[in-house]
Amino acid sequence: METGVSVKAVNSFRSGPDEQGRFGIYGGRFVAETLMPLILELERAYEAARKDPAFRAEMDGYLTHYVGRPSPLYFAERLTEHCGGAKIYLKREELNHTGAHKVNNVLGQILLARRMGKTRIIAETGAGMHGVATATLCARFGLDCVVYMGEVDVARQQPNVFRMKMLGAEIVPVRSGAKTLKDAMNEALRDWVSNVADTFYCIGTVAGPHPYPMLVRDFQSVIGEETRAQMLEAEGRLPDSLIACIGGGSNAMGLFHPFLDEPDIEIYGVEAAGHGIESGQHAASIAGGRPGVLHGNRTYLLMDDDGQISEAHSISAGLDYPGIGPEHAWLKDIGRVTFLSATDEEALSAFQLLSRLEGIIPALEPAHAIAKVLDLAPGKDADHLMVVNLSGRGDKDLASVAEHIGAGGRP
Amino acid sequence: MSGRLERRFAATRGAGRAALVSFITAGDPDFDISLALLKALPGAGADIIELGMPFTDPMADGPAIQAASLRALKAGQTMVRTLEMVRAFRAGDSETPLILMGYYNPIYIYGNERFLADAKAAGVDGLIIVDLPPEEDGELCLPAQAAGIDFIRLATPTTDDARLAKVLSNAGGFVYYVSITGITGTAAADPDAVSGAISRIKAHTALPVAVGFGVSTPQQAGAIAAAGADGVVVGSALVRALEKSLEEAGEGAGIAAVSDLVRGLADGIATAGRKKAETAAQAG
Repeated sequence: METGVSVKAVNSFRSGPDEQGRFGIYGGRFVAETLMPLILELERAYEAARKDPAFRAEMDGYLTHYVGRPSPLYFAERLTEHCGGAKIYLKREELNHTGAHKVNNVLGQILLARRMGKTRIIAETGAGMHGVATATLCARFGLDCVVYMGEVDVARQQPNVFRMKMLGAEIVPVRSGAKTLKDAMNEALRDWVSNVADTFYCIGTVAGPHPYPMLVRDFQSVIGEETRAQMLEAEGRLPDSLIACIGGGSNAMGLFHPFLDEPDIEIYGVEAAGHGIESGQHAASIAGGRPGVLHGNRTYLLMDDDGQISEAHSISAGLDYPGIGPEHAWLKDIGRVTFLSATDEEALSAFQLLSRLEGIIPALEPAHAIAKVLDLAPGKDADHLMVVNLSGRGDKDLASVAEHIGAGGRP
Repeated sequence: MSGRLERRFAATRGAGRAALVSFITAGDPDFDISLALLKALPGAGADIIELGMPFTDPMADGPAIQAASLRALKAGQTMVRTLEMVRAFRAGDSETPLILMGYYNPIYIYGNERFLADAKAAGVDGLIIVDLPPEEDGELCLPAQAAGIDFIRLATPTTDDARLAKVLSNAGGFVYYVSITGITGTAAADPDAVSGAISRIKAHTALPVAVGFGVSTPQQAGAIAAAGADGVVVGSALVRALEKSLEEAGEGAGIAAVSDLVRGLADGIATAGRKKAETAAQAG
């Protein structure tokens, strides 16, 4: 039996990270010395928490009664008819409290922060969904909350800015660099270095220094675990393919991770191609970037020939980041996940199509995944079970979509 | 330890004072002014030069050094040009130690081996790479030592005794004590706290200890020297002086303004050294 266990671990795609926080060459702990003791403390606290049944029970209680889990796995009948191929299911993460998958992770980190005795929470946000989820749970537990958000994103995600303020969070518009998510993360790191004693940095995606990519993945894996049980119940077997959009990649990792060791399941990550990969104005770090080191980890990054980080571009603020989580970078290199990309235009079309076919207005982020479903599903047989992660709802994007297509919508 | 750093600390110690470590960003505001400034620093009183390699995302730096990085990048500064500046400086100054400070990605992309070889050939004595803690020593620290370049370690107020041993394990050149929990140029160091920290570090290492991150005036530099530092690092204040003079008086004024401040800082440190000697003499 011992041998069986160790062989399984060696052959598993789910055994990372190693003790250095690496997934292959990716990941690691590339942070200033001031922060090292803090991330080591976090690692210890997380190790203790995940072995503690009381922590798991507390999480499960809030996931059920506060977040509203499990989220439905919904058969998208009209989308399936429209595509004329695979049977398409939507994992309805947009029905969670706060309207996206982000809350799964934030709940875990906030409960961890409480265990660690931290009283002040900081976060970075792009589209604002992670900021809203953080502000929400800080309100729920009476914690101080400071959210860093690029000035450009503050302007294009006004509804979420107001939601965060309503929830009592302080919003700090970031004016350095490109004034988007990357710069918000820089400022959050600067805050953390300056406020080490009482502050917990709640990172919103599967990136940053170890242990963040691991713990965010673990907290988001509830998406894939539920999908597995729900699909078994609905169809009596596992899905044949999984699709999710990827900025940093937390909704995708949450769906993918529990299925990585199922060799027959095709897995697709969809990056934001912006105006097109060849235009240079995109946010597809796998398609258009190469390995480098930023924000505490080694991963695929958009950069120039001198190692200076490039500004990403996407219509979706949540994907507008020049990097990707390190575990995705590893899964790309070993070929377990196939990475595709969808342009702004494709995402806008998919946004409208899903709204009209299913009565579900998706966020612009998962609209990128829907766009690739439209490419992939028609080529599959009718008994092919395809799951797409509908990671967030589109209310926050209505103003920017209206700006692009005209308030009347496209015929 | 590199010959130049060792000799310089021995000399300043012999003179009864701390070394002044002066930081500027390579290529700020452009290559020519930056090179002229670099050449002027030793004459103004800089004992050791810390030259910043600009990066788009300097996560440990405050607004002054962020802005300097962006000015330099906008003016076309690259790693190749930074190493070219070091060579040009070294052509006229074979004794002042020069260390490069920055973030890992531009080095990683340049290629670690190629970087170490080119930096050594250019006359670089040491490296301070903010986002390479001891946990990542295999990346650049150990190869740098093998190439004959000191890897200068940062210790901070959050580095406790248990961790200090790890931080100092592969340290070379000197130990850079970050005197505040925060980013560069945003808060003032507390000399009493610094004094305690220096004693703590010195209990673990024979390397000189330089103190930075919260020092901007001659008075502060003197106080940090008096607190027992072997070196005092000033960065943001010099960068701000350069920025201010460029805005107000144009290009030529920048070098004079920074040189004046360096002279003042060197005086502050020298005064502290004299006072210490007088106190010691009276006590004797």
